[in-house]
Amino acid sequence: MRWFTPSWQVLVAIVLCVVAAVLGPASGPEAGALADPTATIIYPYFTTKDYIFGLIFPAGAISMMRIPAVAAALVLFIGAHGAAWLLLSGIAGFEGTALAPFYLLLAAAWLLAWRCVTILSSLAPAGRGERMLLRLLIPAIFGLWLLIIWEAVTRGAGVPFVLLPPPSAIAARIANSLPILAADVKQTILKAVLAGYVIGCGAGLAAAILADRFGFLRRGLLPIGNMVSALPIIGIAPIMVMWFGFDWHSKAAVVVVMTFFPMLVNTVTGLAASGHMERDLMRTYAAGYWQTLVKLRLPAAAPFIFNALKINSTLALIGAIVAEFFGTPVVGMGFRISTEVGRMNIDMVWAEIAVAAVAGSVFYGVVSLFERAATFWHPSVRGG
Amino acid sequence: MRWAGKSIIPVLTILAVLIAVWYVAAISMNAPFQRDTNARGGVQPGTWEFIGQTLSQPKPTLPAPHQVAVNVFESTFLRKVTSNRSLVYHSWVTLSSTLAGFGLGTALGILIAVGIVHIRALDRSLMPWIIASQTIPILAIAPMIVVVLAAVNVTGLVPKALISTYLSFFPVAVGMVKGLRSPELLHLDLMRTYNASAAQIFWRLRVPASVPFLFASMKVAVAASLVGAIVGELPTGAVAGIGSKLLAGAYYSQTIDIWAALVAGSVVAALLVTLVGVAGRVVERSMGAQPS
Repeated sequence: MRWFTPSWQVLVAIVLCVVAAVLGPASGPEAGALADPTATIIYPYFTTKDYIFGLIFPAGAISMMRIPAVAAALVLFIGAHGAAWLLLSGIAGFEGTALAPFYLLLAAAWLLAWRCVTILSSLAPAGRGERMLLRLLIPAIFGLWLLIIWEAVTRGAGVPFVLLPPPSAIAARIANSLPILAADVKQTILKAVLAGYVIGCGAGLAAAILADRFGFLRRGLLPIGNMVSALPIIGIAPIMVMWFGFDWHSKAAVVVVMTFFPMLVNTVTGLAASGHMERDLMRTYAAGYWQTLVKLRLPAAAPFIFNALKINSTLALIGAIVAEFFGTPVVGMGFRISTEVGRMNIDMVWAEIAVAAVAGSVFYGVVSLFERAATFWHPSVRGG
Repeated sequence: MRWAGKSIIPVLTILAVLIAVWYVAAISMNAPFQRDTNARGGVQPGTWEFIGQTLSQPKPTLPAPHQVAVNVFESTFLRKVTSNRSLVYHSWVTLSSTLAGFGLGTALGILIAVGIVHIRALDRSLMPWIIASQTIPILAIAPMIVVVLAAVNVTGLVPKALISTYLSFFPVAVGMVKGLRSPELLHLDLMRTYNASAAQIFWRLRVPASVPFLFASMKVAVAASLVGAIVGELPTGAVAGIGSKLLAGAYYSQTIDIWAALVAGSVVAALLVTLVGVAGRVVERSMGAQPS
């Protein structure tokens, strides 16, 4: 029973801290202030620098003691993110002045977070709720650090705004332009994507049932459907814009074509998924084709159909957004992206992309919820 | 092969029906414009002459298949390959960035998959993001990457290849994680009884087991990276490539050109997917897999 278990992440973090302390000033203005003590120069971390060291050192040290793993993870979590928050809030207003110690401290905080995630990954709690929490927490920390490093590098190194705006600026832009974003979402998603998705998936399902009824049609359509799914269908966007005009109808048409084939191919595969035994059973009941289809084969095909619905949820968004690059009324997510790129308002573009990402995830999530409700009998859901 | 023989007649029949529908649609969609033109010119053509006219407009609403075929043939075989109007030239521009991005994306995807399989913290923290990223319309950032990189004087092949990389590494990473984890517990235990090291287990068991998964996901990835390259050519008024041909066609209402570019894109896509499939079969056979 040792009271002390070293971990390489924490040791490296402490070494980095020591190097940072030896190197001294963490930013250009601070170096100036040290060089000329009489002048009053405001510099980052005027008062908070000690706190940063004071967070990283003890957090690292305590985490290596023989304490419960949850406590160690909590201490590391507080230490790493407190230090990161101090570093980020301090550099605001002094963009582009960061020196080596700034990055060293950031790296030290990141190593603590890594150690925290490693401890959390090795936990195996008994309760279902706790497992769920861990499943969410670990990727959340990873995502958070992606944002922290993005923010620190863009602010610390003074990356030009047009190249890559820091996430805080993007968040501010989202908050400031909610009406515009809402109008774009309404135009692109609520009109074009949903209409196209429903029509495309419905047509794909109907075509699949037809193909299932007539074997000749299936043997002809399936190879074509498989081939089409590899083609860059998105290229029909300019043609659809020409046929159906600039408004959302043309985007919906692109979405219809893009979602049709995945639905067709998956449903045809799914309709063949029910076993011989079940089909024979239906025959002993003297069930007709339609009865067998509705009561046995469509439910058996549900996992495949939902797979297609999920694939299509992403394809539909891509289709509608890219189709807007070819011409739209002055509203819509694709329109906003292409015009704001032209005006070098990169933060607005990022805001639009963030909204698209959230919309895509929500769309996918809703389809997954329906899937869980409809295919509750399937092993992949039951076992969850 | 037996399967192909059985389905060749249905496929050809359906293709024939599609082309027939296409001709009918072309006649009916081009008819209003032709009627207007004839009325203005005071011409009264017969029915057959009228149908002939609808199928030979210079800028039809829907070009007839033979018009597209003639355009594709002319701009593929009759023009010099280096000419700006040659489809071979444009296809090559798109193909080169597709291949560069595809190669980079596959390498990156394999690397990430190896990391995920071996480092537990990476598995728990990165894998959910990779899966979540599948639900995001990544293609939307294509124009931004191109424009932003152009602002720092990176133009030409690199930005498009980056988009292709981005699109192609997700399928490869997901497929390879599945593939590297596909060896059964029994096989892993066997390796352990041989006292195999982690590196030996990786090279002798995991890698061979993952090859079928790799090629299956590479098929998806190569199609995705072609789409990425085409979309990457859209926003900036790129001078060459299938995407720029589409955009130029849309601006000047050169419908036949758009359809020809689409045909070129489809041919390139079919070639790439077939090539990856053949490569996969060759590699699997050379590793001793039973041809299925």
